[in-house]
Amino acid sequence: MLELIVISTLNGVLFGMLLFLLSSGLTVIFSMMGVLNFAHASFYMLGAFFGFQLTKWIGFWPALVLAPLLVGAIGMAVERYGLRNTHKHGHVAELLLTFGLAFAIEEIVSMIWGKSPLDYRVPALLDFPAFTIFSTNYPAYKLFMLAVSVIIFVALLIVLKRTRVGLIVQAALTHPHMVGHLGHNVGRVFMAVFGVGSALAALAGVIAGPALVTQSDMAAALGPILFVVIVFGGLGSLPGAFIASLVIGLVQTFAVALDGSLASAFGPLDPAAGPSVLTDIWNVTIAQVAPIVPYMLLVIILIVRPMGLMGTRES
Amino acid sequence: MRKLTLAIAVIAPMLGHAASAEDTLKIGYIDPLSGGGASVGEGGLKTFQYLADELNAKGGILGHKIEIIPLDNKTNPQESLVQAQKAIDAGVHYITQGNGSSVGAALSDFVTKNNSRNPGKEVLYFNYAAVDPSLTNEKCSYWHFRWDASSDIKMEALTNYMKDTASIKKVYLINQDYSFGQSVRTDARKMLGAKRPDIQIVGDELHPLLKVTDFSPYIAKIKASGADSVVTGNWGQDFALLLKAAADAGLKVNWYTYYAGGAGGPTAVKQTGLDGQVFQITEGFANSGNKAAMDYEKAFRAKVNLSLWYPRAVNEMRMFKAAAEKANSIDPVKVAAALEDLKFEVLDGGQGIMRKDDHQFLQPIYISSFGKLTESEPFDEESTGWGWHLVSKIDTPQAMVSTTCKMARP
Repeated sequence: MLELIVISTLNGVLFGMLLFLLSSGLTVIFSMMGVLNFAHASFYMLGAFFGFQLTKWIGFWPALVLAPLLVGAIGMAVERYGLRNTHKHGHVAELLLTFGLAFAIEEIVSMIWGKSPLDYRVPALLDFPAFTIFSTNYPAYKLFMLAVSVIIFVALLIVLKRTRVGLIVQAALTHPHMVGHLGHNVGRVFMAVFGVGSALAALAGVIAGPALVTQSDMAAALGPILFVVIVFGGLGSLPGAFIASLVIGLVQTFAVALDGSLASAFGPLDPAAGPSVLTDIWNVTIAQVAPIVPYMLLVIILIVRPMGLMGTRES
Repeated sequence: MRKLTLAIAVIAPMLGHAASAEDTLKIGYIDPLSGGGASVGEGGLKTFQYLADELNAKGGILGHKIEIIPLDNKTNPQESLVQAQKAIDAGVHYITQGNGSSVGAALSDFVTKNNSRNPGKEVLYFNYAAVDPSLTNEKCSYWHFRWDASSDIKMEALTNYMKDTASIKKVYLINQDYSFGQSVRTDARKMLGAKRPDIQIVGDELHPLLKVTDFSPYIAKIKASGADSVVTGNWGQDFALLLKAAADAGLKVNWYTYYAGGAGGPTAVKQTGLDGQVFQITEGFANSGNKAAMDYEKAFRAKVNLSLWYPRAVNEMRMFKAAAEKANSIDPVKVAAALEDLKFEVLDGGQGIMRKDDHQFLQPIYISSFGKLTESEPFDEESTGWGWHLVSKIDTPQAMVSTTCKMARP
């Protein structure tokens, strides 16, 4: 049992940190620009595919730097030529633009790389078990993922809260005209923020690609849970997203480990009643419903605390 | 004038299409071409297109050119029915599908209803991979034909092999949470319990179909259970990711699988380094040793750049041709009658028969293991350098189970 708890904690923290790496970009864009970017998971996917392709050409380490830069540039172009034009039509138009973009990116990716999973391998340098615990290996690559996530979290916090750049960026959100009058180019600030947010998603893609699966539906698989993370943590709150990612990672991992069901808690139903929908619900284990647990959390938090864990506003 | 040319430009191809539609024999291929099952569905599509090209090069079926119409069902039963209706409206009389027994059950039901409501416009459903036993038992239909061995036949063959393997003591079952996965788990429990009562089932897991991105939590559970063998019916990314997580955690067990050979599977097995410890049960495989099958595999790989996952699809299309020629018609009603009890030499050698009672094709079954290859085994998988190696061949008489089907004949 101890073994299962330790391993599940490790797995949960790791999954949580990956979620954070992804949601950090989304939450930065949202808190700065008020744009809920539906295409965020698609930038994550682009990161993974670019990472795969560049790894093939120039190796993993250059790809780790180059792929996020490329995707960041694409993100900036999307902001400059797409979002900026739709901005005047309000948030719904922006939302629809990113929504459509998500589909377009998925189609383009599957046109270029096909729909089969790619053979995107962990770099040889990190392809060894870092340590063995209860005779289970813990891959070095997963530790690397963990380290990158922590570094990004700290770096983002420092930039946003402690530097002039962060100050301007935050001011540009609430008082764009004032910031403009002070001589800053507000449009360029937004473009940079969107670019950085997309680049963060791409970074998550480059490092998650080899660990999970690099396939044209990977955006659709992770997209919904990202929204759970940022709503649960509080829209636009970076520490909130951090805590929410860890909570969801751990909850989901532990839910899988549990075999309890209503039947095991209260005893089986009277067999004379025969099979029905009720017996199905009665016998279903927590492990079986694990994937929907985060969404149940989402519903509960929206009822109990609509602004999320650390959110400041109610929108 | 411009309007007229435009109208002609638009209408002319339609007319041409209508004229050629009389000659071509359209087969609606309803399978996932997007979403989690896309990699498998796309491989199937390429296989059927290859088979159609092959038949067309030899004059098609009774002079009719075959055209495969790809229809994306997103592994969703509801979407499949929309696509099936679309196909029927476009004049399709034959549909083929494989991925997902939930889809298979919906399609079988749909085709049966369609045929009773529209006499003279019958549609046949050729099933090449949906292996839920119910499709040829309580839910059997006259209009449904299955070329893959049903999951209980496979489990029968697999447990016949496992019962003689003394080293198996603790078995863990992990399957996808839908009709097929559930039948694998119940059959495994029932048959292992009957053949090897000393084997302990230490875990019985169902996880959502094609939704899990990281199987590490499941692997931790398998490890904690102390299992020495895992039985799984997982396919597509659910298998590849399961093995990938096992490789990361260094889980060393024997894997008894239905679909380790599917997209991404071999790559993941190679990563685990489990040479000869991953078993698969199929109706044929690349290194089966049968000369004709191996030549076929070579030609297929050269053109499609994929392994032949579905020797049964070859059997399906060849038998379709044989039945049409026997009936001397491509009318679905006549073809269906000709298919019943049709005996056929399968691709990998040996005789199979389309059982009249339930329309289940009975055929020889192979158990193979994945690992390093010998001189006489030329085919590796997914450029891993490893390939399938024959472990056991189960002939047709030992690879059948009885049916409870009470066929309603038209």
